[in-house]
Formats: sequence, C-alpha cells, structure tokens
Amino acid sequence: MNFFWEARKVILLSVLIYLSVKAIFFFGYVSQYIEQITLYALIVILASLGLNVIYGYTGQFSLGHAAFYGIGAYVSAYLTKIFSIENIFAYIPILFISGAAAGLIGYLIGIPILRLRDDFLAIATLGFGTLVRVLLDNSDKFSEVFGGSRGFVGIPRLTTFELAFVIVIFLILITHNLIYSRYGLFWRCIKNDELASASIGINTFSMKLMAFTYGCFLAGIGGALYANLYTFLHPSNFDILKSIDFLIIVIVGGMGSIAGTIYAGLIWVGFIEGLRIVLPAEVVDLRWVFIPLLLIALMMWKPYGLMTKSRN
Amino acid sequence: MNALEVEGLEKSFGGVKAVDGISFVVEEGKTVGIIGPNGAGKTTVFNLITGFYRVDRGRILFYGKNITRTQPYKLPHLGIARTFQNLRLFSNLSVFENVLSAILKKDGYNVVSSVFRTADYFMKEGKAEKKARELIEFFQLSGKENYPANNLPYGEQRRLEIARALALQPKILLVDEPGAGMNPREVQDLLQTLREVKERFSLSIVIIEHQMGLVMNISDKVVVMDFGEKIMEGTPGEVKKDKRVIEAYLGEEFI
Ligand SMILES: Nc1ncnc2c1ncn2[C@@H]1O[C@H](COP(=O)(O)OP(=O)(O)O)[C@@H](O)[C@H]1O
Ligand SMILES: [Mg+2]
Repeated sequence: MNFFWEARKVILLSVLIYLSVKAIFFFGYVSQYIEQITLYALIVILASLGLNVIYGYTGQFSLGHAAFYGIGAYVSAYLTKIFSIENIFAYIPILFISGAAAGLIGYLIGIPILRLRDDFLAIATLGFGTLVRVLLDNSDKFSEVFGGSRGFVGIPRLTTFELAFVIVIFLILITHNLIYSRYGLFWRCIKNDELASASIGINTFSMKLMAFTYGCFLAGIGGALYANLYTFLHPSNFDILKSIDFLIIVIVGGMGSIAGTIYAGLIWVGFIEGLRIVLPAEVVDLRWVFIPLLLIALMMWKPYGLMTKSRN
Repeated sequence: MNALEVEGLEKSFGGVKAVDGISFVVEEGKTVGIIGPNGAGKTTVFNLITGFYRVDRGRILFYGKNITRTQPYKLPHLGIARTFQNLRLFSNLSVFENVLSAILKKDGYNVVSSVFRTADYFMKEGKAEKKARELIEFFQLSGKENYPANNLPYGEQRRLEIARALALQPKILLVDEPGAGMNPREVQDLLQTLREVKERFSLSIVIIEHQMGLVMNISDKVVVMDFGEKIMEGTPGEVKKDKRVIEAYLGEEFI
C-alpha cells in the first residue's frame, strides 16, 4: 500500500528514535519518572496536533480542547475499568472508541457552534469546556465509578511506550496525509477567507466540522492514553488551563505546522517537568513566573512560532 | 440558449432599495457588461446571483434551472464562478495553491484516498497540478507559483483571482470591476487576457465596470444601472449615445 511507501522516511526515523529511547530506558540512564514524562509528551503532542488541525490549519479558535481530551480519558477509564481490561489488544479498540466518543461529541457540539464567528466561537468553546468540567465534578451522581470531584481511581495501567509510540506515529502520519491533501488545502483556504472558499465551491461548514471532529478525535485518543498511563483522573486535569496549555503548544510551535507541534510539545513538557526536577521544592511554583516570561520573549522573537516562516 | 436569466430581482438593506427590479438575459457565449455609477447596485446583483445575499423578490435561472437562493458553495458545481470587487484571494497561500484549490474542488478524491494515498489520489493530484501550471502560464504568472498571493503586485493579484475562478471550468464567469486600481497599461493587458479567455474557454461572461472604457470594448451587450434600477440596455454603441446614461454619469469622470 502506498501509505507505507510514502511514509517510509518517517517510519525509518521513528524506528531509530524508538530504538534510541528504548536503549536509554533499558540501560537505566533515566528514572522511571522520566520514562513517564516521555510518554506524557507523546500524549500532549497528539492532543495538541488535534488543536492544530482545528485552530492552526482551519482557523477555528477553541478554548475547550481539554474537554475533548477529558472525554476520551473518562471513556477509556470507564471502559477499561468495568471490563477489567489487561490485554493490550483489547485495549486498542477501546482507545479508538474513546477517540470516536470525543469526535462524536465534537461533531454534535460543532454543528451549532461552528456557524459562529471567531470571538463567539471562543466563548462557546469556553462554555462547553466549563460544562464538561462541571459534569465531571458531578459524575459520581451518574455512577460511583467516575468518582466525581474526588477523581477517578483504579484505572488499569495499559499505556506502554510501544503502544503510545506506534499510535502517535500512526496518527501523525494520517494527519500529515490529510493536511497534504485537498482537505488540508480547503482547511487552509477557510482559514484565509471563508467567502472566497465558498466562491470556489467549498462547503465551508462541513469542512470546518470535519476538522473539528477530527481534532477532537485526536484529543480523545490522547486523553485515553493519559488515563491508562496515570491510572488516576481528576476533573481539574481537563479544565480551561489545560486547554490553554494546548493552545500555547500550537502557537509556540507554529500555527499549521506538524513538526512545530511536535517540537513545542516536547519542549513544553520537558520544560515544565524539567523545572520541577531542577528547582528546589520551595520555589517550584515559581515555574509559573518563568514560563509566562519566556513565552512573552519567545513571541517577541518569533511571533509566528518556532516552525513558521515570518510573513513579510 | 440563455445561460443566465435574471427576472425582477429586488434587494433592500434596511429600507434602502439597493436593487429594484432588475431583469436581464445573458445568452450563451456572450459577454454582458453592467455599468453604472458607484452605489448603483451592481455588486449587489452579483451577490444575489451567487447566493451571498438573499434575494427579496425575483428569480434567477441558470440554463433554465431556478437557482434563486441557492447557497454560494453550490454554484461553482453548477458552472458559475465569480471574482470579487475587493479581491478575495487566499492571501497566505501560494499562487499555485490558490489555483490548485479550485481545481481539486472541481475534480477531487475522497478522504480514504487522502489518508491511504491510493492511486486515485496520485492521479487526481497529478492532473490538477498540470492544469494549475497551464492556467498560471496562461495568466502570465509562471515563475511565481510559490509566492504567497499577497506578495504579487495588484494587477497580478487580479489576474490570479480570474485564474482561480476559471480553474472551476465554469460555464459563466462573473467578474466585478477587474480593472479597479489598475493603471491603463494593466487594464489593456487585462482586456486582452479576457478576450483570450473568452475564446479559449468558450464561456459566457458578465463583467461589472465602473469606468465605461473596459466594458465597451469587449461586451456584446451593456446593461446600465442607476439607483438600483436598469435605466437602459443595448449594444455598446447605443449605450454610449444614450442621454439617460450620460445623465447618470454626469458629475462622474465619464467615458
Ligand atoms: N451588505 C450590505 N449592507 C448594507 N448595505 C449594502 C450592502 N451591500 C450593498 N449595500 C448598499 O447597496 C447599495 C448598492 O451597493 P453596490 O451593489 O455595492 O453598488 P455598486 O457595486 O454598483 O457600486 C449601496 O447603497 C450600498 O451601500
Ligand atoms: Mg461594486
């Protein structure tokens, strides 16, 4: 199939990265904690890539991305727990079901809100994010398993480095193929000018809905991998602050750049977690002073992100 | 055969009648000019035909098919393409992508082909790229394929917008003030290009112009509008001599 032939370079590179990382883990150069962070970085990259499709490529500003990440996480947590999933091959379908659930809800919510324009869309997605947060806080009223504001505990640990790596690379390839096809081109047309897009026959609403659904699907898979990595979920992991994390990664990496999202995701996770290790305990919270300052400096230096050429 | 028939078109904005009972016919293969002073309602007529504004009253027939109040994105599939008075290019996309997007909209492949890179994907992409290059060459933009559209000089942006519209292989092309903001030399070039377009792509054209010069040269028929109404219709020769037209244009830099 052409899919693999076309992607041969990326696949080769991925195998090399995989072997190197594996070797580092194997020889015990890094702690368990670093291994966990590496996995987390992959997850963050995947979810951010989803937002990049929605916002970076299609221009639909969303402040509720973490809600879809959370939906994927809770669906996977619930299914793997009630079915006591232990086998990775039983887990893979659940991963995709979790992604599909987030995608479906993105689709349904997208129907009314994607007709709105920029600032209204921001408010609507923010509202949806808040709604999901409140629902998660009260989720124990539907079923005790969810744990409500106490958090969802006892989720089977199923996310391995191999699984996360293969899934993320596979989804990056699919995203790449979509972006570099007529659909990606239409998304970029819409971001540039919706009226002009309609004038060449693009059904702008359905294309925006497609981008939004797909972006939420990626967030959902990311959330699912997260749930089965940390084995504990709390509603506060999926609130507006998390949505803003994803936004920052997309903007820092460069709107509409897959490589940018990958680098920015690695830097972001590496930085936040790295500072946690490096800084003495008393000043760890000062991270939230350094990080905004760094962001401001970065945006002054490269206003269009790390990977996007500045416009002239 | 009539490519386009407009019957009693009306449109008001907050009590102001922008278009007030306009009717005209575009015969297949002919070029019709619409002229009139600023604010006469010319652009509004285009926006009504192409569904960007909702028609208050009246009918629009395209090859006999009623297309009144059709959503804008459906019209290119029927064979109607347009340009905008205030240029609407995909300004951050390259010249090549501006044209390619329209071709791939017209003749594309599905999502599965995109994701799995099937034979259909490569075939359609290849065909589209070839066609895009031909169009870009025809509009004398070769060598600038990779420029962002907004880096082109104004006159070339106008040409690119027409190229993008023609990439849809329309049966009728609606162009709104293609000469606006151009110098006389560029206008002459454009005129020549439009003549060639007409020959090569064998289509009907409706062209709005504020200045009369451009339209008179290439139109088979001219519709004159003022205050939302059609004040006359005729061959360029007839229109030039008409008293009402001269009156409408009094105080304007005319002919
Ligand atoms: N979207 C709109 N909202 C309100 N008024 C409009 C709108 N579009 C056009 N008009 C008004 O309709 C009239 C005709 O405008 P237009 O069709 O642009 O004229 P022309 O193209 O002949 O210069 C003008 O008075 C203009 O202000
Ligand atoms: Mg106008």
